[in-house]
Amino acid sequence: MKRQLNIWLAVLAVAALVLSACGGAATTAAPTQPPPQPTEPPPTAAQPIEAPTAAPTEVPAPEAGEPYRIGAFFSTTGPTSSLGQPEWGTVVMIAENLNAAGGVLGPDGKMHKLDVRKYDDQSDATKAVEVVKKLVEEDKVAVIVGGSGSPASIAVIETVTNAKIPFISVASSSRIVTKDDGSQQEWVFKTPQQNYPVALVQLDWMKVHGITKIASLGVNNAFGADSISALKKVAAENGLEIVWEGTFEPRDTDFIAQLTAIQGTDAQALVVHATPGEGAPLTVQFRDMGLEIPILHNHGIGNQAFIDTAKEAAEGVLFPIGKLLVVDQLPDDDPQKTTLLEYQADFIGAFGKKPSTFGGHAWDAMMMVKGALEAVGPDPVKIRDYLETQITNWVGISGIFTVTPQDHTGIGKESLVLVEITGGIWKYVPPDDYANVP
Amino acid sequence: MDFTQQLAQYVISGVTQGSIYALIALGFVTIFNVTGVINFSQGEFAVIGAFVAITLAQETSLFRGQMTVGLGWPLPLAALVGVLAAVLVGVLLYRLGIQPARNASPLSQIVVTIGASIALRGLVLLAWGTDPYRLSPFTAGKPLKLLGAVVTRQSVWVMGLTVLAVLGLYAFFQYTLTGKALRASSANAGAARLMGINTRRMGLIAFALSAGISALGGIVITPLTFMTYERGLMLALKGFVAMIMGGLTSPFGAVLGGLALGVIESLAAGLLSSGYKDAFSFAVLFVVLLVRLGGMTRRSGGQALDRAGL
Repeated sequence: MKRQLNIWLAVLAVAALVLSACGGAATTAAPTQPPPQPTEPPPTAAQPIEAPTAAPTEVPAPEAGEPYRIGAFFSTTGPTSSLGQPEWGTVVMIAENLNAAGGVLGPDGKMHKLDVRKYDDQSDATKAVEVVKKLVEEDKVAVIVGGSGSPASIAVIETVTNAKIPFISVASSSRIVTKDDGSQQEWVFKTPQQNYPVALVQLDWMKVHGITKIASLGVNNAFGADSISALKKVAAENGLEIVWEGTFEPRDTDFIAQLTAIQGTDAQALVVHATPGEGAPLTVQFRDMGLEIPILHNHGIGNQAFIDTAKEAAEGVLFPIGKLLVVDQLPDDDPQKTTLLEYQADFIGAFGKKPSTFGGHAWDAMMMVKGALEAVGPDPVKIRDYLETQITNWVGISGIFTVTPQDHTGIGKESLVLVEITGGIWKYVPPDDYANVP
Repeated sequence: MDFTQQLAQYVISGVTQGSIYALIALGFVTIFNVTGVINFSQGEFAVIGAFVAITLAQETSLFRGQMTVGLGWPLPLAALVGVLAAVLVGVLLYRLGIQPARNASPLSQIVVTIGASIALRGLVLLAWGTDPYRLSPFTAGKPLKLLGAVVTRQSVWVMGLTVLAVLGLYAFFQYTLTGKALRASSANAGAARLMGINTRRMGLIAFALSAGISALGGIVITPLTFMTYERGLMLALKGFVAMIMGGLTSPFGAVLGGLALGVIESLAAGLLSSGYKDAFSFAVLFVVLLVRLGGMTRRSGGQALDRAGL
């Protein structure tokens, strides 16, 4: 009897393991993560940026006022940290640059330092809600930026809405700003492109190549689901037929079953919705299995890790993404080019390497906050109104924003470019060249 | 590609993946038979073996880019050292974790192995981070075709090495003195001790052996499906399912269980729903536990468990 008991206890232990596996590695990994301050942001960045007690008083400078308090939360550790670290780095960089110049000139005519209260959500949506509650209740911030992952950003919507604090998300899912009935979340804005225009750019390329039947394969989480449904919508509106549709779990690395099924269809191209973690092994297996149709990714793979991992299998991969990745190759008359180059130079100056698109999303969010604080001061209601009505033809990193009550993202297809991976680097593909790639 | 070709493809990729489950399950069975412990850090052996081999064979940056290793060892040597590293970890786990707790109940020892797996996973995370790593295939070249299905050259390696490992283990257990002693301590630990077999040493050998087998599995699969720091948990759970399917104590049962599990998983993912691949494996575990294990212990009075010396 005792033996039987032992076995069943072992089974219980397994059940617990399975549950913890399903709960995502974020929770299990968290305690073993390296200390929250990795190499990237400067060492002083872990603490909230406290305003120095006395501002250096220059002769004509306006009087110094109370610091403006801003909340920030990013995934600086955990699986989403490759997004969260450049985002946090960008916020720190902007805040330090502004504070070094005396701060932000408020509507009261005084210079206000920025006091950024920052927390790490450890790539965990539950943790994100906790830290946002803290930002709202303890730190009493006027506005919040952050939410590296779509799940974290979606999770905090309720908290910021109840607290009536405006929140600018740096994650991409359309569900962050759009309710089920199509209206916008009152207190939430976001800076990354929607997945819908991403699918539109993919469609443009397919049209040039006469592709009418595609397969769609995406990661089974908020990011993948949003991109899959965006592609479906675009397909339905444009007579594109999705002949096969499938998903895989986050962190899956074996896609042979899915690719086999795709091989059995008459799809003329495969569209993948993933980040480098799954996107790279998928692309390698796609090549290994000898599939000959073109492979398109979405903007999720716009990270050097993709090329580094997939190596030669990445050659010829096409995907739409914001312009920052290929800024050096953009035509000079591109209206965003100056802003993009400026940000790139600042980032290289601060961290010694090129910024990623994700840092750009944080730049947009911070600069919008700066604009709002300059115009209306630290009043959450006024900041919200400013964000919703005053951002028109605003040149940012992710695009040229025009935010309206009907659209809390404010950028569309024109903010995206098609990029091809050739010779291990990102290559900008002008629309006239669509016919020649891959 | 018509339906039979697709079916062939699913079976082939299932057998490839299943070979790894089989190797992990073999590791489980070896340790369980000799020491009565279900070792949940079995998957970590595979991960550590693979990461060590990757680091030695190709340029790898460690500790978030603070250290770069570019030894460029030839693959067979790197793989061998990877296996040996896992063996070392297995030996340390036995010496530092299991042996001090030898008077504790098997359940406590199982908990020790779970703790060890979490700690090892953390160490791998610290050193190699969260990115997936790949090893180049053992032999380059275009994939082969079998019944219209694609068989990558690496799949051939995986299946071939699994067969070799199973045959090698069989010969070891049947024809060597140490192997016989291991079998004796698994059949009846008390009697084996009376016959002058050092069962504690047998436990050490069992851990070393099973760590080596699992590491081999981890290394050969890496060119196909990459390796990430948290693969170990899933590999261990799948290996455990395979072990249960094979009847807990039988090495050949474990191999068959592993292959069957791989094929079931591949067919389910391909034909039913790709998003729920893992769910099917655990559904299999659930059914097997309800029907098979419950039935076995009730009908045969737990004979298999008696043999396990639990």
